Amino acid sequence: MLLISCPNCGERSEGEFTYGGPVQAPRPNPLETSDEDWVDYLTTVPNPLGPVQEYWWHAAGCGRWLSLWRDTRTHDIVEPPHGL
Amino acid sequence: MKQRYSVFSLVRNAFSSHENWSKAWRSPPLKPAYDVIIIGAGGHGLATAYYLAREFGITNVAVLEKGWLGGGNIARNTVTIRSNYMRDESIPFYVKSVEMFEGLTRELNFNMMHSKRSMIDVVQTYGRLRELRRRQLAMDIHGATYQQITTQELRRRIPALTGGGANARLPIIGGMVHTDAAVNRHDAVAWGYARGADSHGVEIHQQTEVTALIRGGDGAIAGVETNRGTIRAKQVVVAVSGHTTTLTETAGLRLPLRTMNLTAFVSEPVKPLIDVIVNCPDSGFYLSQSDKGEMVIGGAPDRGQSFRRDIKQHVFEDSVSMMLSLFPAFKKLKLMRQWGGHLDIAHDSSPIMSLTDVAGLIVTAGWWGGYKAIPAGGLTLAHLVAKGTPHPLMAAFTLNRFKSLDYVMESGTTTAR
Repeated sequence: MLLISCPNCGERSEGEFTYGGPVQAPRPNPLETSDEDWVDYLTTVPNPLGPVQEYWWHAAGCGRWLSLWRDTRTHDIVEPPHGL
Repeated sequence: MKQRYSVFSLVRNAFSSHENWSKAWRSPPLKPAYDVIIIGAGGHGLATAYYLAREFGITNVAVLEKGWLGGGNIARNTVTIRSNYMRDESIPFYVKSVEMFEGLTRELNFNMMHSKRSMIDVVQTYGRLRELRRRQLAMDIHGATYQQITTQELRRRIPALTGGGANARLPIIGGMVHTDAAVNRHDAVAWGYARGADSHGVEIHQQTEVTALIRGGDGAIAGVETNRGTIRAKQVVVAVSGHTTTLTETAGLRLPLRTMNLTAFVSEPVKPLIDVIVNCPDSGFYLSQSDKGEMVIGGAPDRGQSFRRDIKQHVFEDSVSMMLSLFPAFKKLKLMRQWGGHLDIAHDSSPIMSLTDVAGLIVTAGWWGGYKAIPAGGLTLAHLVAKGTPHPLMAAFTLNRFKSLDYVMESGTTTAR
């Protein structure tokens, strides 16, 4: 069980949160971007063996969206990698 | 085939205290180059090697496995074989796979302990019932078996199902029977295919971990880097469920996959109690009883990407509490083991079997529930490797579908809620 630190409520159990998917690059303007980049944006998400940044929603709590870094190998919440 | 297994070979070997059985597969020395390298000696990798040799005569093949044969995902599934899918593209493929599974014991001369015992979907919401009725009509077209039954019939066929009455939060409102569904022994599938491939000359190398893919000067695939040195090949097949992106990224290839963890657990063995596969899509769990008497229970995937091979406490608790709402008597069962396996899921929840932008590099991935797909998956992948064009059954499942946004949206999976 993860303890997720909500900016409003402090440390709360993972069960109160809804997973919101990995954080992606910002949505490009489909009229200005190339077909390849648009398809890439629609279908490809980061899938690292290690830390990944993702969204969680404190659905059964204050309703706040937050993002955190989680290691996909251990499920531990970790510090963002250097440079990010 | 070196030695044939039969009642006579059993009797003959009994006279020498079973000490003279020949090995089921060899451990030959590693060569510096092969025609085809298959990464991953799981179900799909081994089946592909077998059909490459048997159907297409390509035998200069190495199957590389970082652990041991049959120790990856094929050891971590819940052995359910079925073809109750939803899309016109998917159903014929799974119908073919279920058919091939039925003849596998005879073909490979290896006892798969195949048990065709039906799957019953326990339906608890009207939305689900409509969806499954729609699936029934789609499947009627393609010759898969799927029928609606009444609640009375459902309770008669699963006496242990005592929950889900009129006063339950989710009362049972009906059921669907899929008579083609079966279970068999997962180790036997891995070992049978390994033995079959080996007897045709394919080499299987265990404890050989591929650390990177190598591309030549022209950009095409040139071989693989392993913990036992470099091995060259003009064609490399990635069949490593879960770790596909980790490996393809070493060749600069990004794929629309995310890696998830799927949970299963097993109870202590009890006397025969349930003779079908019970699937409860509204509650998000499924179970069957193994030949040893254990209840084999599968749950929903973890939330978020995961490369862990254990299971998460609250995913486990979710599945157990939903199970107890339908099977209250199981509260007394002790659970013996729990495990998780990784799978990669594509953007549209359908498998990917495809050539890639890297010439000579072929991937098979995105098999949510790839166990049931092993025979037809191996056959169609061997076709792709040998001929360079997709097998008709898998033509809709190449990477091109992402480029043309022609997705095969499929949630024909047991626990997809």
